[in-house]
Amino acid sequence: MKTLIKGGHLVDPKAGIDDVRDLVIENGKVLGIEKPGAEYPADMNSIDAAGLLVLPGLVDVHVHLREPGFEHKETIATGCEAAVAGGFAAVCCMANTNPVNDTVAVTRFIIDKAKRANLAKVYPMGAVTLGLAGEILSEMGELKQAGCVAFTDDGRCVMDATIARNAMLYAKSFGVPIAAHAVCEKLAGDGAMHEGVQSMKLGVPGVPSAAEDVMVARDVVLAEHTGAHLHIQHVSTKGAVRLIRDAKSRGVRVTGEGAPHHFTLTDADVGDYDTNAKMAPPLRSAEDREAVIEGLADGTLDVIATDHAPHEALVKDCEFERAANGIIGLETALSLSWALVRQERLTRFRMVELMTWAPAALLSLPHGTLAPGSPSDVTIFDPEARWVFGPEHVKSLSKNSPFSDGN
Amino acid sequence: MKWTRKDVVGLADLSVEEIRHILDTADRFREINEREIKKVPTLRGKTVVNLFYEPSTRTRTSFEIAAKRLSADTVNFTASSSSVGKGETLLDTVKNIEAMRPAIIVIRHPNAGTPMLLSKRLHVGVINAGDGWHEHPSQALLDLQMIREAKGAFENLTVAIIGDITHSRVARSNIIGLTKLGAKVRICGPATMVPAPAAEWGVEVTHDLEHAIRGADVIMMLRLQLERQRQTLFPGVNGNTRGFTV
Repeated sequence: MKTLIKGGHLVDPKAGIDDVRDLVIENGKVLGIEKPGAEYPADMNSIDAAGLLVLPGLVDVHVHLREPGFEHKETIATGCEAAVAGGFAAVCCMANTNPVNDTVAVTRFIIDKAKRANLAKVYPMGAVTLGLAGEILSEMGELKQAGCVAFTDDGRCVMDATIARNAMLYAKSFGVPIAAHAVCEKLAGDGAMHEGVQSMKLGVPGVPSAAEDVMVARDVVLAEHTGAHLHIQHVSTKGAVRLIRDAKSRGVRVTGEGAPHHFTLTDADVGDYDTNAKMAPPLRSAEDREAVIEGLADGTLDVIATDHAPHEALVKDCEFERAANGIIGLETALSLSWALVRQERLTRFRMVELMTWAPAALLSLPHGTLAPGSPSDVTIFDPEARWVFGPEHVKSLSKNSPFSDGN
Repeated sequence: MKWTRKDVVGLADLSVEEIRHILDTADRFREINEREIKKVPTLRGKTVVNLFYEPSTRTRTSFEIAAKRLSADTVNFTASSSSVGKGETLLDTVKNIEAMRPAIIVIRHPNAGTPMLLSKRLHVGVINAGDGWHEHPSQALLDLQMIREAKGAFENLTVAIIGDITHSRVARSNIIGLTKLGAKVRICGPATMVPAPAAEWGVEVTHDLEHAIRGADVIMMLRLQLERQRQTLFPGVNGNTRGFTV
């Protein structure tokens, strides 16, 4: 059965299309992209997309689905529901589950659960080191065969430079990137928010920007020496953006991601100790936020990724310094990214690229384009719709969002 | 003025008028301490719970004596002898206490912002007796009262605050209170103990002790907050003594 998505404004950066087009799909594949005015059989199932954006299903290279081990925060099924609600057709889940995704059994479990949920496609990232302990490399070869698309100790930083270097060399042999949560844990210390005017006023221990800059600098040096593909996760500082820009100009294989909360909010949004504004890396200064936006615009940062991090109320409804890090992001990412288009900080084309083809290409995933023959994962978005995001909309099992109404 | 606040969580959200009102009230109550029978019925029938999640001698004793002299019943609760060891959350604990209808909960807590969290979530009045590095309003109010008594007014006063500013809630509350009341504040300490954006408080920042105390009307010396410093911030107590003590 063919389906026609008619008259929408189709944006497909891979195909170079940013214009009104009809989309014909059949049996889970894109059949064709037609210019307006084409004739179709009258009995074809048709969706009127006039005035709407028709995009390749979005791709998010950074989510926490929490299963196995933390099913009270999120399950693979609820996480995939949230993904689809947010327009995401594919997500990469981090390895900091319990048990950690450092064995083939866990990788297979995740993929199997995702298949049963049958919503967004899930591509696991395996752990760089066993148990995320930063000491012994995981079996990256086996894990890749089982379905892991990259390796990361996200949530932790691989602090030992020898391990970090060997991880890059080892991953390079399998042609997969190392995704780095680049924050010096020593410099970050007990910091619970960005170190700056706001942390000073609130009396909250700060995480200096240097904690991120120092580690991005180290990892960039290691990537340059090893020739490995280094992907810097959730870039939050002006210094990190500059380091990545400089490394790229020298031909280092480094990529980077920006998160919607980092390009939307600043440390001022911590307000009166709002634990839903607490994440790692933290919300930074207005200057840092500007740098992240510039990085996304000029290609220094390659993708928008949510760092979707669900947490139950118990670990957020408490003292700020004790609250868990992270916020949910899948269901607000597209609207927040669209806001950058409205503010003319990103072109529509670039914004869509950052959420579709760029992340797909980053990890060689079969997503992110509507070229004929591609999977018919389509996101239809009304750019003029006005709505207030509240807990009642949330498909994720957890509701921890600073963008939520009433927060 | 009419007091409308349920809580006192910091000097940051008190108005100048409210600060003056507290100082004036304290002046009047002061005389009670000189009487033979040091008790007035102001808070008779009310219960004050002192919830201390950090060690304290002076502050806790002060709060308890103050409550007793105002005829309140006091209950003291310290983290070591409580349900904290059983893993109960702070909000669970305080909601249980609130159910027993105290009038006021006085809280000291190692995490900044905790009194604000309680003030928003409880109907009972919350008084901050020190939260992390953030504020220590009762100590600062006491300091302000002392300064006013000694100097008469705050306008045209220069107050030097010297020592570990970063980790000191007393310094924060004093900086906020003094600047609100019109005093000029200088802060001085090694750069590891003075927040980099400190000038945003509207204070003069110096790392030179001589400069800090020259012409100052009041000098406030802070102790090293060794229990709150979590890293090497100075070479040793002696080194610090040479550079930053009077």
